[in-house]
Amino acid sequence: MSSAIPLHDVVSHGAHDDSHHEHHHHETFISKYVFSQDHKTIAKQFLVTGIIWAIIGGLFSVVFRLQLGYPDQTFPWLEDFFGHWAKGGKLDPEFYYALVTMHGTILVFFVLTAGLSGTFANFLIPLQIGARDMASPMLNMLSYWFFFLASVIMFSSLFVQTGPASGGWTIYPPLSALGDASMGSKIGMDLWLVSMAMFIVSSLLGGLNYITTILNMRTKGMSMTRMPLTIWALFFTAVLGVLSFPVLLSGAILLLFDRNLGTSFFLSDIVVAGKILPNEGGSAILFQHLFWFLGHPEVYIILLPAMGMSSEILSVNSRKPIFGYMAMVGSLFAITILAFLVWAHHMFVTGLNPFLGSVFVLLTLLIAVPSAIKVFNWLTTLWKGNIRFTPAMLFAIGFVSLFISGGLTGIFLGNSALDIHLHDTYFVIAHFHIVMGVASFFGMFAGVYHWFPKMFGRYLNNTLAYIHFWVTIIGAYLIFWPMHYEGLAGMPRRYYDFSNWESFKMFNGLNEFISLVAMIVFAVQLLFVFNFFYSIWKGRKVTNLNPWQANTLEWTTPIRPGHGNWPGEIPEVHRWPYDYAKDTKDGKDFIPQNVPIGADESTDH
Amino acid sequence: MKELFLVAIGVMIFVVIFQISKASEYVSILKGEEKTRRQNNKINAFMLISFLVFGLIGAWYCNELYYGKTLFPQGSASVEGEKIDLMLYITIGVTGVVFVITQVLLFWFAFKYQERDGKKAFFFPHNNKLELLWTTVPAIFLTVLVVFGLKYWFKMTSDAPKDAVVVEITGHQFAWEMRYPGKDGVLGKKHYKQYNNPSGNILGVDFQDPESWDDLHTTEMHIPVGKPIKLVINAMDVIHDVGLSHFRMKMDAVPGIPTTMWFTPKYTTEEMKTRTGNPNFVYEISCDQMCGKGHFSMRGVIVVEKQADYEKWLASQKPEYFTLFPDKDPNKATQAVDSAVASKPLAQLTPAN
Repeated sequence: MSSAIPLHDVVSHGAHDDSHHEHHHHETFISKYVFSQDHKTIAKQFLVTGIIWAIIGGLFSVVFRLQLGYPDQTFPWLEDFFGHWAKGGKLDPEFYYALVTMHGTILVFFVLTAGLSGTFANFLIPLQIGARDMASPMLNMLSYWFFFLASVIMFSSLFVQTGPASGGWTIYPPLSALGDASMGSKIGMDLWLVSMAMFIVSSLLGGLNYITTILNMRTKGMSMTRMPLTIWALFFTAVLGVLSFPVLLSGAILLLFDRNLGTSFFLSDIVVAGKILPNEGGSAILFQHLFWFLGHPEVYIILLPAMGMSSEILSVNSRKPIFGYMAMVGSLFAITILAFLVWAHHMFVTGLNPFLGSVFVLLTLLIAVPSAIKVFNWLTTLWKGNIRFTPAMLFAIGFVSLFISGGLTGIFLGNSALDIHLHDTYFVIAHFHIVMGVASFFGMFAGVYHWFPKMFGRYLNNTLAYIHFWVTIIGAYLIFWPMHYEGLAGMPRRYYDFSNWESFKMFNGLNEFISLVAMIVFAVQLLFVFNFFYSIWKGRKVTNLNPWQANTLEWTTPIRPGHGNWPGEIPEVHRWPYDYAKDTKDGKDFIPQNVPIGADESTDH
Repeated sequence: MKELFLVAIGVMIFVVIFQISKASEYVSILKGEEKTRRQNNKINAFMLISFLVFGLIGAWYCNELYYGKTLFPQGSASVEGEKIDLMLYITIGVTGVVFVITQVLLFWFAFKYQERDGKKAFFFPHNNKLELLWTTVPAIFLTVLVVFGLKYWFKMTSDAPKDAVVVEITGHQFAWEMRYPGKDGVLGKKHYKQYNNPSGNILGVDFQDPESWDDLHTTEMHIPVGKPIKLVINAMDVIHDVGLSHFRMKMDAVPGIPTTMWFTPKYTTEEMKTRTGNPNFVYEISCDQMCGKGHFSMRGVIVVEKQADYEKWLASQKPEYFTLFPDKDPNKATQAVDSAVASKPLAQLTPAN
């Protein structure tokens, strides 16, 4: 174990200043910034890669929104960028679908799974439970590099002649299995599947590490019920990933077999482009079961870390304990269990047995109960607080607002009778973008603004942060709120052009408005990216060990912690992480976890 | 050129915003960071409450603008769809109340409990009664929604009535084909390997089966008003979906796995023209499952008409058997209206754009 060397050093040089690791004789540029085994560096690698992917994925949405918002116009510069995919300045339908597919794939997997949970699980788990690093720093490093490999493969698929995968991010066969059915189902689809396989390996290596670390490496006194809610959320996220990603892997591999080896797992009775295929006996629906067995937990893999971080940030900045800690943990647990039992609610109109459908309706709507508990607990956390609106706090409040808005429309879609009408319409787009897309992004932004000082020892620019928040939340509602109405009009998703449809063509003005707002919101995200990179080097320096006056252990480390996190001994934990607003002798309104229980203090936690 | 100009403006706005932000950072250090922080706190608290007020007004305004464009003012065009509309109204009622209450509390609390000098937050870590309350109340409401939802769900997914008019609909990239069972009321057998045997038999009907001889093959669906209609749904190549938004119906078309759905149309196409005030109104079949580059152009048309008109239309159609085997046709002279389409080669069907 090579990691033992720096760890030993950190301990023995504990008395030195915190920058001692910078002149450590084994550390080279490569081992420190590239193939690093320090969980903090790996977290930053995940974050920066995620940001790059988010720019690409976001840009794709702006490009296809041009087609939706201005279907009659041409944009000659598109041809300069995309060549034959945008002849005469108008997107080719095939390419439009490729953009939609890549937008979904990139945002769901590469940004909101790797970029969000990869970043914060890596960064926060050791720091908040009081560990020097992950259980296996080596596997942790490999987890990033498998993600990097997956990224390279997916990125390369953008440049193949027949284009990247274009069958939607859900890649339902037979469309995704037959090159004759779609250009994107040629080599682009193979690259998509191989990339996802690499991504799943990355996710499993990461997830197993997170679970092991949380279960085994907590510092003295850090019982499970004294863990911050971020750690609980990241723990359940990892459990979800470890148990459900392998099922997607099996689906991807069977699909590769169907595509390249002539098997018939998902194919039967098909005539495509005038050719009668020999495949018989497979079931296209089987793939949907395999896909959604991951696909639904995936939603919570994305959402739980955002919930955990928002809980923490709401409590810190309300200067008040999180309300109902055990109920919060219990509801996370309930959501995790239920997440495995609701996948077929994506399949109500596939011809699913109606009785089976009814079971999934029941289980799906059950999720609303733990979700409601969380919302009311967050509200009560704010109640009678003394609230500081840091940028992180604003994003956490925005997260709760979006989670309510998007969660409630889930009650529409989870009810199979209503789903018949709303399935695959813009209502669905509005629902999942608000609750899973934008809400999770808000959780991620909250996390970045809150822990940026710990990551880089500098602050982000506050004014830019406030502009970022206000434009983003207003823009998000302006984009997605009216989409519910389009969905109620039955307007189907994944349409390139509505002008030939008597039933759907009356929303042209609205589509243009949405596209315009989407462009503005995207531009403001670039402002955030600029703020991010500028502040890494030029931001205001952090001079205070604990800038947010928080209780968790990461704020007991030096301002710029080296590999091993604590120069001396790891602090011992004496209390839960939410002792805010208690009466203390020194007049402070918070008591960090490493402070022993005072004589006159109740020992509730 | 225009684009370059726009990009240049964008970059300039960027630089200006950045300079202002940077300057404000210096100002805050000069003024005292704590003082600036408190000022920002007040501004943001005020903006949060303003966001709530303008947000709720905006939601109301959005409803004014777009409610009329949804399908709900005109009501469901099928008897079964009425239940879906009712279910929708119940759900909007319940979730609407929760939405307003929780959003108001969220932003109101944020505003009301903003940081104030010398104030301290209230230590309130948990309260079992409250937590029990907001576990059980949502559970009760959800039970109500589940019960209603499932009642309607089982009604809609039950077997079609025996006297239903049966139409087979088959999706392929990127069009819909209909097949009617003819006078015997039975659809002839088919197998996908019979495709193009003889040439033009794109549905793969097995013409060895005498029950197929009177089957009709059309590209437009005609159905009688007021009678239950049962659709038997097939797909030839990839998964499609028969989306009938006016009837509030939807069902996937899966290759190799036939599905069914049934509904009872309430209004003829002509009646809908007056109900919607749109003289061009047609019932459209939209493909609602991503099926390739022509997905957005996979449009079908349903004509709902009075029983007599429907029967007249049926009588005017020539069975596909006679189109594909013209020498078997007892009255060759009769011209069919809609059967020519059946001989269009499938591979050349391309999307509209």
